Amino acid sequence: MKQSDGMTVIVKTITRMSVWLIILYGIYIILHGHLTPGGGFAGGVIIALAFLNVMLAYGRKYTEQWLNVRIMYDLVSTGAILFLIIGIFGIALKGSFLANILDLGELFKLESAGVIPIIDIFIGVIVSMGLFVMVWTLAVFHLEDGGEE
Amino acid sequence: MIVDTWVIFILGIMIIGSIAAIEQKEMLSAIITVGIVGLGTSLIFLFLQAPDLAIVQFLFEIFAIIILVRAFIKPDYHKSEPSIMNKIVTVLTVLVLVAILFCSIDMLKALPEFGNPSMETSKYYVDNANAAKETHSANIVTSIILDYRAYDTLGEATVLFTAILGTITILRIKTKKRKSEEAIE
Repeated sequence: MKQSDGMTVIVKTITRMSVWLIILYGIYIILHGHLTPGGGFAGGVIIALAFLNVMLAYGRKYTEQWLNVRIMYDLVSTGAILFLIIGIFGIALKGSFLANILDLGELFKLESAGVIPIIDIFIGVIVSMGLFVMVWTLAVFHLEDGGEE
Repeated sequence: MIVDTWVIFILGIMIIGSIAAIEQKEMLSAIITVGIVGLGTSLIFLFLQAPDLAIVQFLFEIFAIIILVRAFIKPDYHKSEPSIMNKIVTVLTVLVLVAILFCSIDMLKALPEFGNPSMETSKYYVDNANAAKETHSANIVTSIILDYRAYDTLGEATVLFTAILGTITILRIKTKKRKSEEAIE
């Protein structure tokens, strides 16, 4: 493995051990958005930074094999469309855009607050995939522009 | 009172940090010094009891620093010396800003006292825990941004989505052009 292929072995080992923990923490922040501080935006940025960490530590080629970046493009659009569809369901069932259509449940429980956790998950998908794809596109362009990696 | 002292202390550190960032000779250390401002903002949010905002501010500061490092760390980046015209414009800008601040002292005095908002809607959310009762969400901030003000959040997501779309579209056109040029050659 060449020196230009990512960073040193220390960074790679730490990244390999910590990346799944960071992603898990991001998922926790997204799912508990209606109970504790955080939510879709914060958790999404945590997951995007975990992917970025892999990209910086291991280089572009390894990340291309590890992740399917094409699916990420589609996931961003899917999250945005599902958010809109939930809003339209609100019109159909309760009479106003983005109305809370599901059962509210019990306060302080994970499966409470009706539609709020679901919207939180969609926002998390949009933010995490979107921010990573943005930096990824910039990096790829930089590479094909004749720049060094 | 203690919170006020801490906020003023952090604001002072932020001002010193931004001045230090301008004076740095190396590009990398300048970018890292700029991070002081964002992290200070995150600390201020924490002292003003807004942990949601503090988390998002902290993470986006890291994200911004990564993008800045990726964008500006190039060996051929050269620093231009400021000309006399630049200095004159800078002095004029500072003078105008000071004049505006001086003229708006009366307006700033008329603002409501800090921490005592007079807005009826925010009173409705907090008093008697109306937001928690109506949405059954323990975090009132989330209940506001995803239930009462979900339309605003949709707009925010649309802004992010449009930014991603613009980035991908513009950069992909250039890449495609380059590939077709290579094919012709």
